[in-house]
Amino acid sequence: MEFSGVKRRKPWLIGDQRKASYPHSLQFYLQPPSENISLIEFENLAIDRLKLLKSVENLGVSYVKGTELYQSKLEAEIRRLKFSYRESLEDEYEPRRKDHISHFILRLAYCQSEDLRRWFIQQEMDLLRFRFSILPKDKIQSFLQDSHLHFEAISEEEKNLREQEIIASSTSLGGPKLELEYVYKIPFADALDLFRGRKVYLENGFAYVPLKDIVAIILNEFRAKLSKALALTARSLPAVQSDERLQPLLNHLSHSYIGQDYSIQGNAGKISLDQIDSLSTKSFPPCMRQLHKALRENHHLRHGGRMQYGLFLKGIGLTLEQALQFWKQEFIKGKMDPDKFDKGYSYNIRHSFGKEGKRTDYTPFSCLKIILTNPPSQGDYHGCPFRHSDPELLKQKLQSYKITPGGISQILDLVKGTHYQVACQKYFEMTHNVDDCGFSLNHPNQFFVESQRVLNGGKDIKKESIPPETPQPKQSAQKTKNASSALASLNSSLEMDMEGLEDYFSE
Amino acid sequence: MEPFDPAELPELLKLYYRRLFPYAQYYRWLNYGGVVKNYFQHREFSFTLKDDIYIRYQSFNNQSDLEKEMQKMNPYKIDIGAVYSHRGNGSAVTWLCRPNQHNTVKLGAFQAQEKELVFDIDMTDYDDVRRCCSSADICSKCWTLMTMAIRIIDRALKEDFGFKHRLWVYSGRRGVHCWVCDESVRKLSSAVRSGIVEYLSLVKGGQDVKKKVHLSENVHPFVRKSISIIKKYFEGYALVGQDILENKESWDKILALVPETMHNDLQQNFQKHHSSLQRWEYLKKAASQCPSNIKNEKCGPWLEWEIMLQYCFPRLDINVSKGINHLLKSPFSVHPKTGRISVPIDLQKVDQFDPFAVPTISSICHELDAIFTSEAEKEENQAESDIKHRTRDYKKTSLAPYVKVFEQFLENLDKSRKGELLKKSDLQKDF
Repeated sequence: MEFSGVKRRKPWLIGDQRKASYPHSLQFYLQPPSENISLIEFENLAIDRLKLLKSVENLGVSYVKGTELYQSKLEAEIRRLKFSYRESLEDEYEPRRKDHISHFILRLAYCQSEDLRRWFIQQEMDLLRFRFSILPKDKIQSFLQDSHLHFEAISEEEKNLREQEIIASSTSLGGPKLELEYVYKIPFADALDLFRGRKVYLENGFAYVPLKDIVAIILNEFRAKLSKALALTARSLPAVQSDERLQPLLNHLSHSYIGQDYSIQGNAGKISLDQIDSLSTKSFPPCMRQLHKALRENHHLRHGGRMQYGLFLKGIGLTLEQALQFWKQEFIKGKMDPDKFDKGYSYNIRHSFGKEGKRTDYTPFSCLKIILTNPPSQGDYHGCPFRHSDPELLKQKLQSYKITPGGISQILDLVKGTHYQVACQKYFEMTHNVDDCGFSLNHPNQFFVESQRVLNGGKDIKKESIPPETPQPKQSAQKTKNASSALASLNSSLEMDMEGLEDYFSE
Repeated sequence: MEPFDPAELPELLKLYYRRLFPYAQYYRWLNYGGVVKNYFQHREFSFTLKDDIYIRYQSFNNQSDLEKEMQKMNPYKIDIGAVYSHRGNGSAVTWLCRPNQHNTVKLGAFQAQEKELVFDIDMTDYDDVRRCCSSADICSKCWTLMTMAIRIIDRALKEDFGFKHRLWVYSGRRGVHCWVCDESVRKLSSAVRSGIVEYLSLVKGGQDVKKKVHLSENVHPFVRKSISIIKKYFEGYALVGQDILENKESWDKILALVPETMHNDLQQNFQKHHSSLQRWEYLKKAASQCPSNIKNEKCGPWLEWEIMLQYCFPRLDINVSKGINHLLKSPFSVHPKTGRISVPIDLQKVDQFDPFAVPTISSICHELDAIFTSEAEKEENQAESDIKHRTRDYKKTSLAPYVKVFEQFLENLDKSRKGELLKKSDLQKDF
């Protein structure tokens, strides 16, 4: 185990790495970082990059990749989060360093399963593709060289001999302008995506690739290398996870929600119980709408449903007293004995408001949490309808919600592409009659807040001056929902020895 | 040639495997110079025995082991599979049972690692464009399709991909196989193999698709070179042999590949002409003129080329080529229905290759018997003459020239290997 505790067991011999240069605004992440950073920085870098990759994903489904709109929005996002992107800017050291380190941290979190790896690779590739697309031509050569890519540009003579063939093969070349282009000679097997569609000239086992087409090849190289690296990292992961400082962070990064947790209600007591029915159709996300309906119809919900819905209600502003009344009223309609309710269920409700004992997890569930954990089974109504409902049933449900057929088919397409939260955003747009929901959906309570904002004409829900109902209880370092609160309890002046981190990234 | 009777197979195969099958050359091929340890020993062979008993994952220690087993089991069919990570230990399967698995090795660890890149071109895939035969039948008229296929594919494998060691083999009934045996090629991944087949594919679509070839304005050198090859055969094969514009029924099929606006004009003019040749000339002229009323139609020879390609361009089965573990009929295997031996094709004489002149197992056994009886008096020692016979027997039959082609192929492999070893030792400065 390479990470040392408070006292460094191995003195860090190789001097201050801050002087290491990052010659380009983009890189293939071939070498892991080898400097010391604090745990706080470790966490912040990871979270920032995760935000970036999520934006990459969102933009990738909302806009056609490569179009001006996509490019400008992505650039804005990268700049906002202070990552590197342009070659020609001055003083790019910090953003490039941030880019470098954060990538490697996320490898630790995202190597753990096939799904996570696939997601991570996809977003990193899209990011690289964007950065490469804005790289000036004269910088491309030096970037390739520095990245140790064995692409050999051929001489003018060789180019002239094959000029006709190369022009005839490459769809990206417009007319006989070959003198202006570099042409690279690559073993055919390295240019699979080009030669399979006959988009490149082959001769004697080599592909003659003009510069414009090199991108596809580079991306494939990148994907292959990253995929391999993630597999290697996964093997070393148990050792990393046994470090108590890292384990909660890494676990939560891959399941993470970044943003408000809606546990502290500034609007407690603003909702009255008789509003809930109408709110459920107007402002609840489909997951909560369906839970509410099931509760009303069956006068009961199973544990998973009570957790997901109960915490959501707390998040929209129900007080403990209101919650107790709400659930009891409903359960009694289901012929439950009031005493049984008091004995069994009310305890749990008070517990979730922090009135009983210590609960490990009772902030309202984020979308990711709902989508990734505790899938519903027969008789359950919790979960995410976009993720967990059969597409046919989902279609019927959406029809019953009076969504237009056009909207429904868009939603179903997004679901097919596993973009569940974006599908929910689409639902928001259709039910609130807006073209762009204007937010990136991550949390059911966020859906509610945004909905209220739209319906109340932009006025925020008035914040009450009453202090939060419950003080945030102490959370053990073991299982915490929010990464930052987990680490806040640790001594943040600990420096992390990243020596040996290299071993997790390479053979 | 002696007529072939499938009922005689058991007897014929016995003789064939004892006296005629070229074991030495066969082993020399699959051993690949013994450079890689256990390469031959980890190769999968599959035998189909009498009554459709099918055994996979056979492996053999050496040439003598292979010989003994083949003589013992008398397989009706032999297939060659991949070189695996471990030896196979055989699995007897009837059509009722499932194979035993390789219980000496954890299932996941038994992996197909290397195999030649193979192609299978089957005449049935051309049924929509040949008028003389259909399904398993072939004749000298449609065999030209195979000739063109070999020329086009072989040129691409050699000139575009740089593959040096390509063995073309008659399948025994209605097609040809190609085995690409270069060292680097045997290591290619399934993805690259698929990519190669895609590169070589132009005819797309099944029964429900009328027009199967669409050329873009930019014509890739591969397509251009393939068309040049087809042009050499087109008149003889398509216009004379197949007579594709003979009558209304046949030329209607061509018209289906041409924009509707041209149909009337072509129909009228076809009536006026008297042969496919004449009609084709007219069509070429009409097709290359710029059609004024069709948007986005290219002006030029594209239409003419698309028709030629649909009628003549090779059709490959991607499934045969992409899987590293895919089994393919072995060269020198016998076809149980026709009795023909799967013989190598001499690339220098591709145009002269006649599938109907390929020896059948009954004909060569007959030839052998004739020679044997005449030499019977010359025997000294039974054992010694047996060995002598074994090494020379096939030479006395019509199988000989085909084994020669195979040996030439093996010579080239050897030369390459020596060249590689020299290069490597030069680099290591071994003198």
